[in-house]
Amino acid sequence: MTRGSPRDFSRALFGAAALVLLAMVALPVGWLVATSLSGPHGPTLENYVTLFTDPTLVQPFIITLESSAAVAILCVLVAVPMGWCVARTNMPLRRLVRVLVMASLVTPPFLGAIAWELLAAPNTGFLNQLARVAFHLDRAVHPFNIYTVAGLTFVNFLYTFPYAFTFVANALERVPADLEDASAILGARSAQTLWRITLPLILPAILAGGLIAFLQSMTVFGSAAILTLPAGFHTMTTRIWSLFQFPPKPALAAAASMPILLLTLLLLRAQQLILGRKGYVVVGGKGARRAIVALGKWKWLALGFCALVLLNAIVLPYGALLDAAFVKVAPAVPTPANLTWSHLHFVFFELDATPVALWNTMILALGAATIGTALALVVGYLVARRAVRGWQLLGFLATAPLAIPSIVLGVGLFLAYTRPPLLLFGTLWIMLIAFVTIEFPAAYQQLVSVTSSIHPELEEAGRLLGATRLRVLREITSPLMRSGLVATWCFVFIGAIREISAAILLFTAPTRTIAVVIYDLNESGDTGSIAVLGLLLMVVTFTVLAVANRVPIAVTAVEEFRE
Amino acid sequence: MIERLARFAASTAVVALVCGALAPARVSSASFATVDVAKAKAEGLVVFYTSVDVSVAERLARDFQAKYGIKVQVERTGSERVFQRIGQEYGSNLHVVDVVNTSDSANFLVWKSSGWLASVPLEDIARYWPPEFRDRDATFATWRATLSPIAYNASLVKPADAPKTWADLLAPQWKSKLVKAHPAYSGSEMTADYELMKAFGWGYLQKLGAQSVMQVQSSTEPPKVLSRGEQAVMAGGNEYVVFQLQAQGSPLALVYPREGTPFETSPAAVMKDAPHPNAARLFYQYMFSKDTQQMLVDFGGLRSVRVGLKEPANRVPITRIRLFHDDPAGVLKTSDEMKTKYAQYFGT
Repeated sequence: MTRGSPRDFSRALFGAAALVLLAMVALPVGWLVATSLSGPHGPTLENYVTLFTDPTLVQPFIITLESSAAVAILCVLVAVPMGWCVARTNMPLRRLVRVLVMASLVTPPFLGAIAWELLAAPNTGFLNQLARVAFHLDRAVHPFNIYTVAGLTFVNFLYTFPYAFTFVANALERVPADLEDASAILGARSAQTLWRITLPLILPAILAGGLIAFLQSMTVFGSAAILTLPAGFHTMTTRIWSLFQFPPKPALAAAASMPILLLTLLLLRAQQLILGRKGYVVVGGKGARRAIVALGKWKWLALGFCALVLLNAIVLPYGALLDAAFVKVAPAVPTPANLTWSHLHFVFFELDATPVALWNTMILALGAATIGTALALVVGYLVARRAVRGWQLLGFLATAPLAIPSIVLGVGLFLAYTRPPLLLFGTLWIMLIAFVTIEFPAAYQQLVSVTSSIHPELEEAGRLLGATRLRVLREITSPLMRSGLVATWCFVFIGAIREISAAILLFTAPTRTIAVVIYDLNESGDTGSIAVLGLLLMVVTFTVLAVANRVPIAVTAVEEFRE
Repeated sequence: MIERLARFAASTAVVALVCGALAPARVSSASFATVDVAKAKAEGLVVFYTSVDVSVAERLARDFQAKYGIKVQVERTGSERVFQRIGQEYGSNLHVVDVVNTSDSANFLVWKSSGWLASVPLEDIARYWPPEFRDRDATFATWRATLSPIAYNASLVKPADAPKTWADLLAPQWKSKLVKAHPAYSGSEMTADYELMKAFGWGYLQKLGAQSVMQVQSSTEPPKVLSRGEQAVMAGGNEYVVFQLQAQGSPLALVYPREGTPFETSPAAVMKDAPHPNAARLFYQYMFSKDTQQMLVDFGGLRSVRVGLKEPANRVPITRIRLFHDDPAGVLKTSDEMKTKYAQYFGT
């Protein structure tokens, strides 16, 4: 090993990883900042003045903040009891509940929103029709209206709570039994133990879950794009998107992205402070015995609660989509007279975007998952082992995209790659870069923690026997991390399938994805075709996840997902 | 008033032309574009950006492929997004699109002055298209046309109760019962709203905005919303999808208000930097052929400005409808103001 010592190789690897990360993050953000300060006559602050004085920009910001706060609170209120039931009680069907929560994580919010239009459109929505029949209400009465801020909040909650749930359930599984036992020995009732011991221990996870829910719903584009127009209001993301209508105002769009960016940074910093202080509570590990609470007859109530949530997130929406795929004009109760194959036929044999878009979606999702996981493995390993100098910088760059909402990133990437030296607009590459960047922080954080959980002594043995770091990583560490890698891969894959906000800004005719096609079809109200395409996308996604895990799908991914 | 009368007179003259009251124009067969079918087949593909309803676009693509064996890649989205995307793509020197069609005629003025459109003089267009429906330099011509009437779902509204005029839509009983396309997405809606604004002033749109109107993007969607029964009355949307849905048995009815009905032309053009120039020209020629134009009318429910076509008997002939005529230059001048004011009145 005289030629090119392992250490040198690490440095080269570090250099390459840092450059890639820098390009991924710094380039679009740099262009964003520069553009936001540009005007027709040179540098200006005018865009920021407009931002704070134009009511059509201020109002969406307020709506977005209120709605996101409500989503965060709802997510916490639902995720904590649900996580507890699944992780710490003898509630029946716990495994099924986990699988269905996973299914709701996989569901793209735009698809959920379209399904909820079928369920709760004020006049024809299934639930409104049902309520009118059940309570003999007039047609003018509509108990449910999805075209409202509350409607959007509800849909965002349904497809965001799985994040909070995962955080909480995982944290609950890691709470060691000895503290709770001690509390019980000292005479506390189980409710008291739960309140005084368990909940405080998982508080950081609850906060993190609420924060992720807030950030997700602040930056979501798909569901907002579907629901806000008929409702007659804008959120921040749809407003930014509308700034690209003719005549496009990229400078104002860039400026409008800044509050979201700053707020995200601020919240992440706040989370770090809170988690940093409470860091000591992460006690014990997998070895510790988990106490399972016997719920007695309450277990049915617990199951009922979980079922209610999943009914809204999965059962009803997918039922409505299935209905829309096969009836002539949805929503309608299927009868032999109104069933049709025409939507199926249209999507598979007439709509010529289907094969191209399905192919692009799969290539992008598989590519983003593989490249994202590989890059995250290298960076995560270097950081977790502190294998190179400057590992802190790497870590920072790897988490930075979390602070960039994807519609904003789309704007940044568009600005960055539509001019020399990198003319990538119009290729799948720009979409791939976007998808990898968006999903990278989650992959990175997961692989850092997986790496940290593997004792370095095995690697040291390998190094002593003369292997390079890269070889150790390939032949020793990676095999030990197999399930963690699969979980990360699945996570990025799911994220790429859900992605629409960057794609909608970056696609061109040959590079459209299923999400974009669904968005286009929604524009002209072709609900039947959308339902077929959406269900097709979900079938393909679950097939890929099943193959990736080989073992019972998805559950592994959830169980292995460690913050 | 005089201006309105003049416009009305002009539009009736146009309509007379449309319906074949006048003979086809005499043209010299000199400098028409010659299309090389063999080269077109070698290119094998046409990329078609259009805002026409996706069922019509895919039908056209199928018919063309059946005839020539050349695939048409259909990219259907709202006019304003087609316009935005071509701007984005050409701004980045990306030449993907071969043939384009939107319902905002003003788009073509912009593209033409940017030098992005090819001049493709076709015999059919010179012979059968009235001059006001074709560009003098043969860079674009009206491929299809439609109206933006009022429509309602007859199972929700009795014909006697249905609104008869644009002013009727402002009555309290229609609050929360209206559906309308959005001018920032739909070219024909942009044109229609402009025409209504010209006729009644901004105040009309402002009052309409106060009616809690359900808004959708494309002008093809409001008829579908009516058909589902989600809303009762269409305050902005196109006529041709209503015809299509009626043909499928949907209980929709049309009202041509006596004040006038917005008329929108929807041009098509070949891009100068089309990646498949020969296939593009062949497709363009096919789009303006008699058969295709008749298909647009019969299957698509569209109006054609080609002289000498037959309209189905159950449709009100365009000669009997009082029209607000479109004015691309006016739309172009007003479009930014329209989007801003509209957002204030309607919330988005």
